[in-house]
Amino acid sequence: MKLAAQKLAYGYPGRRIGNDVTFELNAGEVLCLLGPNGSGKTTLFRTLLGLLPVQGGEIILDGKDLRTLQRDGIARLVSYVPQAHGAFFPYTVREVVLMGRTAHLGLFAAPSARDYGAALDAIRRMGIAHLADSIYTRISGGERQLALIARALAQEARMVVMDEPTANLDFGNQVRVLERIRALSADGIGVLLSTHDPDHAFVCADRVAMLHNGGLLACGVPDVVMTAAQLQQLYGVDVVVTEVALGQGTRKVCLPLGMHA
Amino acid sequence: MKSRQSLMLLAAAAALAVVIALAFTVGRYPVPLADLLRILWSWAGGAPHGLDSTLETVVLQIRGPRVIAAVLVGAALAAAGAAYQNLFRNPLVSPDILGVSAGAAVGAILGIFLSLGVVAIQSMAFAGGLAAVGMVYVVARAVRGHDPLLVLVLAGVVLGALLGACVALMKYLADPYNQLPAITYWLLGSLASTDSRDMWVAAPLLLVGLLPLWLLRWRINVLSLDDEEARALGVSAGRIRLVVIVAATLMTSAAVAISGVIGWIGLVIPHFARLLTGPDFSKLLPVSVLLGAGFLVAVDTLARTMANIEVPLGVLTAFVGTPLFLWQLATARRGWQ
Repeated sequence: MKLAAQKLAYGYPGRRIGNDVTFELNAGEVLCLLGPNGSGKTTLFRTLLGLLPVQGGEIILDGKDLRTLQRDGIARLVSYVPQAHGAFFPYTVREVVLMGRTAHLGLFAAPSARDYGAALDAIRRMGIAHLADSIYTRISGGERQLALIARALAQEARMVVMDEPTANLDFGNQVRVLERIRALSADGIGVLLSTHDPDHAFVCADRVAMLHNGGLLACGVPDVVMTAAQLQQLYGVDVVVTEVALGQGTRKVCLPLGMHA
Repeated sequence: MKSRQSLMLLAAAAALAVVIALAFTVGRYPVPLADLLRILWSWAGGAPHGLDSTLETVVLQIRGPRVIAAVLVGAALAAAGAAYQNLFRNPLVSPDILGVSAGAAVGAILGIFLSLGVVAIQSMAFAGGLAAVGMVYVVARAVRGHDPLLVLVLAGVVLGALLGACVALMKYLADPYNQLPAITYWLLGSLASTDSRDMWVAAPLLLVGLLPLWLLRWRINVLSLDDEEARALGVSAGRIRLVVIVAATLMTSAAVAISGVIGWIGLVIPHFARLLTGPDFSKLLPVSVLLGAGFLVAVDTLARTMANIEVPLGVLTAFVGTPLFLWQLATARRGWQ
């Protein structure tokens, strides 16, 4: 199972955002997308999910051209975790997660006992079983993000695309979400996520893709591609990448060099 | 959780049954409950009731069609309101606010104005309602860079004003002795003149509209999310949205064509039902249908018994609905965020 973009051109109708983007994501792997504001991360995600038409090149999902797949067929292969948001009606967390089962339901069907079971299972895996009957609109942003990831799990797709899953979360919740993401990949799920914090890539990513000026600046293993020079070019500020001792081993961190740059 | 839902459904059904029994028994010719049951039993093919034939006429010819019409219209308006609210992600939309009622009214009045038959009036009401909701939707999509829900409601209000002007124009042009009273009376909403012929046209349309709402109940839940999110969950959002809008508009138009413009039910009843059941459409729809039917039967009974003359239904629902809605707005925010 693989999600691959080949020489992909994407954007909105009448407005090209990015060109010649090539990468692939395997099941069980975490690919972290870095890029400054406005670099087109969300637009790229929308295109990968089939929500925007491919403008050039192709997207191959599980060996098939994305353009040949039906809406629910795509949803069974790749799920989407949007940024934690409000909702318009006070569904319970259980109901929100159940919506992830939609792609497995017939057009006129309502969720069966099996679907309820899958939803509860996903809720447990995200560690929010105590929130199952809480009202989604009344829980915290971090809890909502976990609920949305649970919804993606209930969808039982082998690939998950997450749009800035750590945005708007406090420090502790960011760490918790990153830990869950690692756990998902250990379960064989491929995760594509975007983030604004390079350190998150060091923590959870198998590979990193850097999106800059509508193209891929680099794509590869974090230790190799995330150099100070590359990050400077990506964000336009001076940074240092250094190793800190952590338990038995070391971990790389990225620090800004200050305002004088 | 599950038993709570069934209890709610049972309570709503029981309330509807009580209101219907009340509607048959009270009025200028009181019908004792025992007599009512005997008449219904004999009508259903049981033993002859042996009662005064006036009573039978009152029950079967006068009150019967009217109660059935109230049940159907109330159920239709509440179901359509619930569907619109989910679909447009806004608990404040309703058939009246989206301009559907006004559009259907313009179509139906044009039918009266041209002295057309029942089927033609129904079709024109449907075309008018569909045109109105279509225009509102197109305007809301075309105006970008604003809160889309606000634009939607504003577009409905503005279009409603335009359609109001069309209604005024037709009233001005109508024959003041025959057509004008009919139009005016009909615009205020009334079930007094429903006969069984109207019902045979409207009832199938109402059921045809209700069926997709029930079948698509889970998809309608998912459509209350962002369109993009709904599509990522595997729902062909555009197509299903269209089917649901057409179905809800068909129900509203058919209801408007029998009863005239009866506001507030489509706004208040789904809102109230949501407080009882939560937002899950598969629970919301049946409870909305039962409550809407019960509410309109009750209001219609009130309309014909509270004074010597019939009180227009649209006036009564507004007098009852406005304080109810304001009270909900002030006390509870549980129905929506």
